[in-house]
Amino acid sequence: MAKRLHFSLPFSSTARAESNGTGNSNSNPKSNPNVDSKGEVSDLKMQLRQLAGSRAPGTDDSKRELFKKVISYMTIGIDVSSVFSEMVMCSATSDIVLKKMCYLYVGNYARYNPDLSLLTINFLQRDCKDEDPMIRGLALRSLCTLRVANLVEYLVGPLGSGLKDGNSYVRMVAAVGVLKLYHISSSTCMDADFPVTLKHLMLNDPDAQVVANCLCALQEIWSLEATASEEASREREVLLSKPVIYYLLNRIKEFSEWAQCIVLELLSKYAPADSNEIFDIMNLLEDRLQHANGAVVLATVKVFLQLTLSMTDTHQQVYERIKAPLLTQVSSGSPEQSYAVISHLHLLVMRAPILFSTNYKHFYCQYNEPFYVKKLKLEMLTAVANESNTYEIVTELCEYAANVDIPMARESIRAVGKIALQQYDVNAIVDRLLQFLEMEKDYVTAETLVLVKDLLRKYPQWSHDCIAVVGNISSKNVQEPKAKAALIWMLGEYAQDMQDAPYVLESLAENWDDEHSAEVRLHLLTAVLKCFLRRPPETQKALGAALAAGLSDFHQDVHDRALFYYRLLQYKVSVAERVVNPPKQAVSVFADTQSSEIKDRIFDEFNSLAVVYQKPSYMFTDKEHRGPFAFSEELGNLSIGAESAENIVSAQRVEANDQDLLLSTSEKEESRGPSNNGSAYSAPSYDSSAPLVDSHAQSELVSLDQTLPQAPQASSAFDDLLGLGFAVTPTPAASPPPLRLNAKAVLDPNTFQQKWRQLPVSVSQEGSITPQGVAALTTPQALLRHMQGHFIHCIASGGQAPNFKFFFFAQKAEESSTFLVECIINSSSCKVQIKIKADDQGTSHAFVALFQSALSSFGMS
Amino acid sequence: MISQFFVLSQRGDNIVFRDYRGDVQKSSAEIFFRKVKFWKEDGDEEAPPVFNVDGVNYFHVKVVGLLFVATTRANVSPSLVLELLQRIARVIKDYLGVLNEDSFRKNFVLVYELLDEVIDFGYAQTTSTEVLKSSVFNEPIMVDAGRLPPLGPASIFMQGTKRMPGTAVTKSVVANEPGGRKREEIFVDIIEKISLTFSSSGYILTSEIDGTIQMKSFLTGNPEIRLALNEELSIGRSGRSIYGSRDYSGSSGSGPVILDDCNFHESVHLDSFDVDRTLTLVPPDGEFPVMNYRMTQEFKPPFRINTLIEEAGALKAEVILKIRAEFSPSVTANTIVVQMPLPTYTTRVSFELEPGAVGQMTDFKESNKRLEWGLKKAIFFHKSLKFETAEQNRWWIRSHASCEANILTGIAWYCNITKEAGPVSMTFTIPMYNTSRLQVKYLQIAKKSKTYNPYRWVRYVTQANSYVARI
Repeated sequence: MAKRLHFSLPFSSTARAESNGTGNSNSNPKSNPNVDSKGEVSDLKMQLRQLAGSRAPGTDDSKRELFKKVISYMTIGIDVSSVFSEMVMCSATSDIVLKKMCYLYVGNYARYNPDLSLLTINFLQRDCKDEDPMIRGLALRSLCTLRVANLVEYLVGPLGSGLKDGNSYVRMVAAVGVLKLYHISSSTCMDADFPVTLKHLMLNDPDAQVVANCLCALQEIWSLEATASEEASREREVLLSKPVIYYLLNRIKEFSEWAQCIVLELLSKYAPADSNEIFDIMNLLEDRLQHANGAVVLATVKVFLQLTLSMTDTHQQVYERIKAPLLTQVSSGSPEQSYAVISHLHLLVMRAPILFSTNYKHFYCQYNEPFYVKKLKLEMLTAVANESNTYEIVTELCEYAANVDIPMARESIRAVGKIALQQYDVNAIVDRLLQFLEMEKDYVTAETLVLVKDLLRKYPQWSHDCIAVVGNISSKNVQEPKAKAALIWMLGEYAQDMQDAPYVLESLAENWDDEHSAEVRLHLLTAVLKCFLRRPPETQKALGAALAAGLSDFHQDVHDRALFYYRLLQYKVSVAERVVNPPKQAVSVFADTQSSEIKDRIFDEFNSLAVVYQKPSYMFTDKEHRGPFAFSEELGNLSIGAESAENIVSAQRVEANDQDLLLSTSEKEESRGPSNNGSAYSAPSYDSSAPLVDSHAQSELVSLDQTLPQAPQASSAFDDLLGLGFAVTPTPAASPPPLRLNAKAVLDPNTFQQKWRQLPVSVSQEGSITPQGVAALTTPQALLRHMQGHFIHCIASGGQAPNFKFFFFAQKAEESSTFLVECIINSSSCKVQIKIKADDQGTSHAFVALFQSALSSFGMS
Repeated sequence: MISQFFVLSQRGDNIVFRDYRGDVQKSSAEIFFRKVKFWKEDGDEEAPPVFNVDGVNYFHVKVVGLLFVATTRANVSPSLVLELLQRIARVIKDYLGVLNEDSFRKNFVLVYELLDEVIDFGYAQTTSTEVLKSSVFNEPIMVDAGRLPPLGPASIFMQGTKRMPGTAVTKSVVANEPGGRKREEIFVDIIEKISLTFSSSGYILTSEIDGTIQMKSFLTGNPEIRLALNEELSIGRSGRSIYGSRDYSGSSGSGPVILDDCNFHESVHLDSFDVDRTLTLVPPDGEFPVMNYRMTQEFKPPFRINTLIEEAGALKAEVILKIRAEFSPSVTANTIVVQMPLPTYTTRVSFELEPGAVGQMTDFKESNKRLEWGLKKAIFFHKSLKFETAEQNRWWIRSHASCEANILTGIAWYCNITKEAGPVSMTFTIPMYNTSRLQVKYLQIAKKSKTYNPYRWVRYVTQANSYVARI
């Protein structure tokens, strides 16, 4: 009974706070909120002390009760570190359950009582030599979890003998123990040569779990060491070598399902020599796709996808093959598991939309699914929609839009809009969207208005049908700022088609103070001016009211825009017309949220959180936690020029800056809506923010350029200022001058990294290298010297036969415009993959030709 | 690798908390719970199972109202961690027999012991109850299963028809029976969940069966088991669009069972599966799915739903709901609930059930404007309706409820009422009935001696997953 009472202790926030801290709250008794629990702890202390020396029968049972109490306190966050010495005193027992509880306690508090921990070393060391392998294993595990730096010397001996123990349970514990030791004191671990022992065990131990634990430990140790030591990074490569990989593959079925996942993850980084090898591996793993464990299936899928990346046909077959097993995983697990699998399906569909175009019904939502699954399914439906299935999908989405579940209805309408924007034949969809407006539900109207606005920007030809319906909407029924802004934009843009546009705008302008959103007020200013330019007499009053209100607006942007319009009108109405209301071009494609490079990176990180968050791992993970073989470390790990160590440090700094940049964009997204989770989902083409504004600005600029021919210089300066990357060079396509490169180009690695990350890929090509070239490519250095002869300089290189990877750069002779090259050479297949990024995109093709010819002459002389 | 594992009650208290790597702050449980509880940003109703707060990734699954949570700073495989959390829940249930807050609290020392063996330094070691048995020493303290809410699909067997022992589902795999000796028995459950959507005209829009053959073995000495399925069973419908062309002729009666896809537990040997559709396995201890399968082949829906909405005056509407069972009267469906959202401006609803209706309840949930109609057991009228006399073998649950919706904002509501109400959804459980016709033809246990004859239970159950009729 007493125990239950303890459990129901109120969970006051201060009690938690105590557990949050170092746990050393003894020094600060005031922070203890619960005098009772304090009293109970000292009670416990007394009782434990009495039992410590007792050998009476039944002692163990009373001890068990007391230990349980201690651990239950520990769990709910009450500090029981003060009974440490009593617990240790009571630990002399042969009762294994008692031992385990004691180990658990000690493991939790040892760090905060390093001095007292010394007391435990004795009995743990004794237990490490116990007859019972179970006790040996347990003691060893606890010994390694003490995490007290000055006790590591006591660890080395037991660990060493643990790794040689005759019992596999003990070896299994010891292998992980080495990793724990490494995290407490890496030097002790390395000095004792434990990694070497682990490697030996990994390749020879009869027990698969021991092998798996050794592999985990080695992966972690070598990746962390790799930044500091050449040898470690070589060792890390060894894990990916053919003998090791084949050894693990041959034993794959001995491993537990969890260990299989680890082996498969390692395998996905392996580069087989030829296609036969690839097929052998895939045939061997084929049945893993029928595993009931979704983690195994996804890990296998990753292997298949990565292995066949360069084999287009096989890659396509893989997509076909993995479809059914993945769909089974979606429906056989819990909603949480479905969520993880559908996230991956979404990634696959984005790469191969045709893949699921006939299976779209699998992504229809079920009424009892959690919202997070439904939302993902809607994303899937928009992604798979094409000419053949759009009608059915949109029909289904309309059912959801009429749903009583409001968030679901909103998402569904957005999905319909997204489909409309990606389809060529939007006829039927426009009708449905307009029907939404007739449903007369506020939130449906609001969402729909935003969509209709985007739709009109892309398909102005639909304006007639849309405006007829939109004109009937009373602005009083539209309250959400985004929707209101969209409606106002349409009123301005189609002022001549909507009869009462001036009067609606007028009443809005008169109620200026009631409008809280600056965005809406900005739109209102523009709309009133546009309307005025078309129907001056009717709008004059509204314009006056809007400008007056705008000029006294407290919001800076609104004020400035009002002032700008005012001056423009004062200067010349016809100029105002050309600036504010020029003929518009339809937006052909709304800017994509993610660059293709980011998407590729996410694909490289298949079967990881990157897919769920839709962000590459460097955006949400600290560097040291990126896991072994993370892509983003690649540049840093390749041997960079001569000044390697120094560079690595600064490279990190650049990366940090870079990350800040990237973060700031993602934060922008976040401020628009969701948070840390999959925020990239809220496709910005609907939120009329950054990307849209950009394309808008672009098109307006272009027209500015056209309408103001008298000031061409100004406009080109304008272009440069905005850095929009307009090719202002007169007719660059006509006859490009031969590209000459700077023989003495210089670029420091930091700048390279930065540029590599910022620039888009301008050319991506596959080529080949001559057999003579392969023969000459005994070391990467040979190629470096050759390319340097062609004024193409290497900044980083790496890899070993058959796969080499190089990063080159070159500069134009006459200006400081740089080309960056990533070049992957497979010497067994003679294939070369080239990715070019350039400051000046226009000349990148000329550069590729130059690069290819330089490459093909390699080995000829 | 994960950093921490913890289980939180619905109120957010730690029931167990295990820190494996020490690289995530101790207050993570509190941060997590606050985040989940106040997950309203972006209009989402529920926190997704994976999210990131300040560089820490939080994974959670909900099992019987408890939150099983893992944290990590690393970029790990989400399905691995979520699967692991589910598996931990299953192992704990194997040990405790019943999984709920009470049993958890009584057995937290045992749970800690399990957690120590399941995960070491964040790496999953084993989740096999079989393997764990050798290194876990606490005896589970059993809680009374009688008054506990049911969990999992197999729990309907708890309600104990006479043929089945009620303890099967709630029995611990490791604890000894009070008598000191264990009963030799094995349970094979074929659990099917149906998802089906009827269009407003009664046509089937989508249908899918997600099935599991689940096994729980209490056999000593791990004998080998052979499980034979329908011989006419084919897997995969290659080349054909799943929904494109429907084979209506196969919808009733016999014919091959065509599964879209299936997967198997790792203990299953498929050597003779392609030849005679038998699965061979040595069942490990504990509950596990032998096979999961998915089927979109046309099947006969167990219930048909008929909804009629009529205007009955300016501020009134009448809804008539009819359900019709399409299976033989020897089978009884139970815990049937029919739900239908009504327009938000509904103020009052009155119900009228068929004369003679027993064990039925009707309710109007004011808070979410939802009509509920529950039938404890389907009552069959062993007579056909007058207008359907031709079909002898069709049996009916005939019953209708009508409700009057008094509407205050009576502007143009009746052309919209179908858009403001519905769809009708239905949940039910039908024991000893399976929709896919997938069957376990026989269950063979390798004999140790002539007298060895353990109890074998093969049980079927069909449940509604998402059973919806649009109006």
